[in-house]
Amino acid sequence: MNDMISPDVLARQLKIVGTRPLRPDGVDKVTGRAQFGADMHLPNMLVGKVLRSPHAHARIKSINTSKAQALKGVKAVMTSADLCDLPSEFVPAGEMMVNFKDMTRNVMAREKVLYEGHAVAAVAATSEAIAAQALALVEVDYEVLPHVIDVEEAMKPDAPLLHDDMFTIGVEPTPKKSSNIAKRVEFGFGDLEAGFAKADVVVEREFTTKPVHQGYIEPHACVANVSEDGQAELWCTTQGQFIVRAFCSKLLGMEVSQLRVTASEIGGGFGGKTVVYLEPLALALSRKACQPVKMVMSRSEVFQASGPTSGAKIWVKVGATKDGRITAGDALLKYQAGAFQGSPVQPGAMCAFAPYELENVRIVGFDVVVNRPKVAAYRAPGGPIAEFAVESVIDEVAMKIGMDPVEFRLKNAAKEGTRAPYGPKFGPIGLVQTLQAAQAHEHYKVPLKANQGRGVASGFWFNIGGETCASMNLGEDGSVALVVGTPDIGGSRASLSMMAAEELGISLEHIRPMIGDTSSLGFNFLTGGSRVTFSSGMAVVEAARDVIAQLRERAAKIWEVPVEEVEWSEGQARFTGSGEAKSLSLAELAATAGKTGGPIIGNAAINATGAGPSLATHLVDVEVDPETGKVTILRYTAIQDAGKAVHPSYVEGQMQGGAVQGIGWALNEEYIYDDNGHLENPGFLDYRVPVCSDVPMIDTVIVEVPNPNHPYGVRGVGETPIVPPMAAIANAVSHATGVRFTDLPMSPPRVLDAIEAKQAA
Amino acid sequence: MARLILSGNLQQLANGASEVEIEAQNIKQLLRELSKLYPALAPHLEQDSFAVAIDGEIFQDVWFVPIGPDSEVHLIPAIRGG
Amino acid sequence: MAKHHVTTTVNGDTVEFLCSTEQTLLDVLRDELFLTGSKEGCSSGDCGACSVMLDGRLVCACLVLGVEAEGREVETIEGMADGDNLHPLQRKFLEHAALQCGICTPGILVAAKALLEQNPDPTETEARYWLAGNLCRCTGYDKIVRAVLDAAAEMRAAAGKGAARKSRSTKQPAAASA
Repeated sequence: MNDMISPDVLARQLKIVGTRPLRPDGVDKVTGRAQFGADMHLPNMLVGKVLRSPHAHARIKSINTSKAQALKGVKAVMTSADLCDLPSEFVPAGEMMVNFKDMTRNVMAREKVLYEGHAVAAVAATSEAIAAQALALVEVDYEVLPHVIDVEEAMKPDAPLLHDDMFTIGVEPTPKKSSNIAKRVEFGFGDLEAGFAKADVVVEREFTTKPVHQGYIEPHACVANVSEDGQAELWCTTQGQFIVRAFCSKLLGMEVSQLRVTASEIGGGFGGKTVVYLEPLALALSRKACQPVKMVMSRSEVFQASGPTSGAKIWVKVGATKDGRITAGDALLKYQAGAFQGSPVQPGAMCAFAPYELENVRIVGFDVVVNRPKVAAYRAPGGPIAEFAVESVIDEVAMKIGMDPVEFRLKNAAKEGTRAPYGPKFGPIGLVQTLQAAQAHEHYKVPLKANQGRGVASGFWFNIGGETCASMNLGEDGSVALVVGTPDIGGSRASLSMMAAEELGISLEHIRPMIGDTSSLGFNFLTGGSRVTFSSGMAVVEAARDVIAQLRERAAKIWEVPVEEVEWSEGQARFTGSGEAKSLSLAELAATAGKTGGPIIGNAAINATGAGPSLATHLVDVEVDPETGKVTILRYTAIQDAGKAVHPSYVEGQMQGGAVQGIGWALNEEYIYDDNGHLENPGFLDYRVPVCSDVPMIDTVIVEVPNPNHPYGVRGVGETPIVPPMAAIANAVSHATGVRFTDLPMSPPRVLDAIEAKQAA
Repeated sequence: MARLILSGNLQQLANGASEVEIEAQNIKQLLRELSKLYPALAPHLEQDSFAVAIDGEIFQDVWFVPIGPDSEVHLIPAIRGG
Repeated sequence: MAKHHVTTTVNGDTVEFLCSTEQTLLDVLRDELFLTGSKEGCSSGDCGACSVMLDGRLVCACLVLGVEAEGREVETIEGMADGDNLHPLQRKFLEHAALQCGICTPGILVAAKALLEQNPDPTETEARYWLAGNLCRCTGYDKIVRAVLDAAAEMRAAAGKGAARKSRSTKQPAAASA
């Protein structure tokens, strides 16, 4: 299907791809020169601030902004009246199906506030101090309503109702009574009853996970600049400048091309910066004031009002024969979506049993709204939660049978041709290779001491392709300006320019990669879904091949020979016909481009298809202090299939970063609410992410099972690393203590309680 | 005629059909025909973009990928990632 | 109320600025002096992204008031390189790929430099505990620690050579290298 595949690429000697050069944008980042969202200053700039609801659930009876408006130094005040109210329908926007009725209400509340921190009004003023004073002058009359934050409580028929037009989709017949259950999904096939009947061992467990935040160190920030004629510029920290453009233009009633969005450098996203919060507000304020408006979230606003991922309740049942074959798997997932529908229960359900070859499998999921901030994507959205539960049960089944956990997984591992629980068959995947690497690894053989335990878990994520453009502009001296449209979160400018240099046969320092704004390229889907090295890589390769085709034609013209007798190798056009050997370098051809036909640009505009899943296996050793319940990570090894590691250091970085986020999710991170639905820990002191002294070195092993659909065999790698850690650690802690842990996080008080309960029993 | 394999929720909303023969030469036509055949599926199909797996290869948001006469097709809810 | 006039030294240069009472040193650096290399991650001293040196002491600029800079010496990330010579820490961070998004990098570099000034030969554990006040969400800290230890080794070797050279030039017996 994909005519870009050169099977010989996988065999040929690569000069640049697979090595570890310095990243091209690195110097600016180590000197403080790189400009992130809050680093932009424009002349005549105002400061914007948001007024947020103190209540978890309330009706807005009235808002009076007149006093705020009258304060000297206030240049604009806005409420939901300043954004378009849009109907409840899912419409394509930025390539996604979006319900703008929900989105407009999430960025600024209309009839109701649905979580503490929900935006209610905003002001723009000449200083931060005046903006703060203005907020205090906005008068909001609330009718406080009962609230609900627990997923099972919210599913009860008498629960406080968030939306009276929510009728569960996915059940036949559609319910007549509205509820907090937005959707029911189901995947699977086979005969569960027969499957469980065949099993010698059946394990059934219920699990809970808490909402956790993506935890990016850089808060949301933007500067909006709207002219008197409505043309607008927006600078923001985002994973997708084209998505921001799509959403904001819709919310503000603008044409898409009237709004130019530039992505700043981004200080972490992990999925949380794939939506808009401040951007439409800054644009609305700037439009009113006709001055630039800068808005930056404080850390507590980030926690209160930007998407965490779901908390959930999961039930899993697995049956297996005594010689280690899984005969059936059944799971029920209840995920909270926050205040508006859209938890990642669907991908979670699809991922849950994906590492295994099963004949009988069923996963049912519910998407449930609660009075918490609307959930946003977080690295492999939905997957870590579901696989935490499944991988824990798999561990218990292996124990009951008396089989080594890696051996058990090998006996049931999904391979090429296995039918995924969500339907289609897998192409080539590398799970078996990661399991074998785990078995062979030195880590697996290290003897354990008292209070220590070892855990294993595998993980899966789909990875995506999507709309992607790249433009390769050849300078007159043969140097290359490479423009791509996917913001660089983790070092992708390195891998993209490496692929470009490899294709062109020139050395890396002649290539300058940059991220274009929305006016400089066709539509690009956002950075996410582990798609950039895959999709932008594919676009860059296509653009390079376009340039090479043009260069060969120019050489053919210059030499007056047929183009079939011109090949491109090692950065040169070479004459391959009979007669005197000739060659022209890229620089020489570039110098005469104007005369031989005009400037040379390579373009690619694709919808990248053929992304391959990335599978992983993680090993972790822990020590549990029986007096404090503290879990120390002694040793961690992450093994993952990258397809082809274009820049191995950055692949390792993804594996290590995802693993440590998983460690935080497993051991300490959670949102803590009081009885009023008020978030008690909206800061890094009490929302405890892993710090440098919490973790050891994270060893990595990269396995390469090439993806046949990519010119370099690339698979996305960014998300899979966060999928196994929670189960691996829970399994390790369970082995260390003799107690099965099913609730996250396994923070010291909880671990201690469990140990003491076991001792008392 | 494409052979659309349904499972889980989609199968339930299609009155339990696990395999549906649909007259469609590309994804857009397939989704349109499917909504007509099984109206209960329509809100699902509207709300989510569906990726389509044709003989194992997954296509996301691509209307005009051709579906051959003997193709096995699966509908998968679109994955966005984070 | 009228702003305060402050005179201070930033990265060796004398600077003057006006600030209100409640503005932090971080606010002043970023919004008055446009030195945006120091980042704001939390404003409560928990993340370390705003780490700077104040009179040779590692501090969070968000916990220092702008007026407190009067008559003192501030060093930020912008002063770490010497012309176009990157500091060994900066170089090692690039070599080891010890940054992904880069938002925590300025703070971590300033903190690491302070560590090595106090303790030129830290163990891995000492380095980890010193850097515990600098949050990183992208890297998992592995490559950061490797880069810091590698820079420390390079700096010790260079100091050793420098000491040997110095002692030779004064015609003293060569000192044992570090």
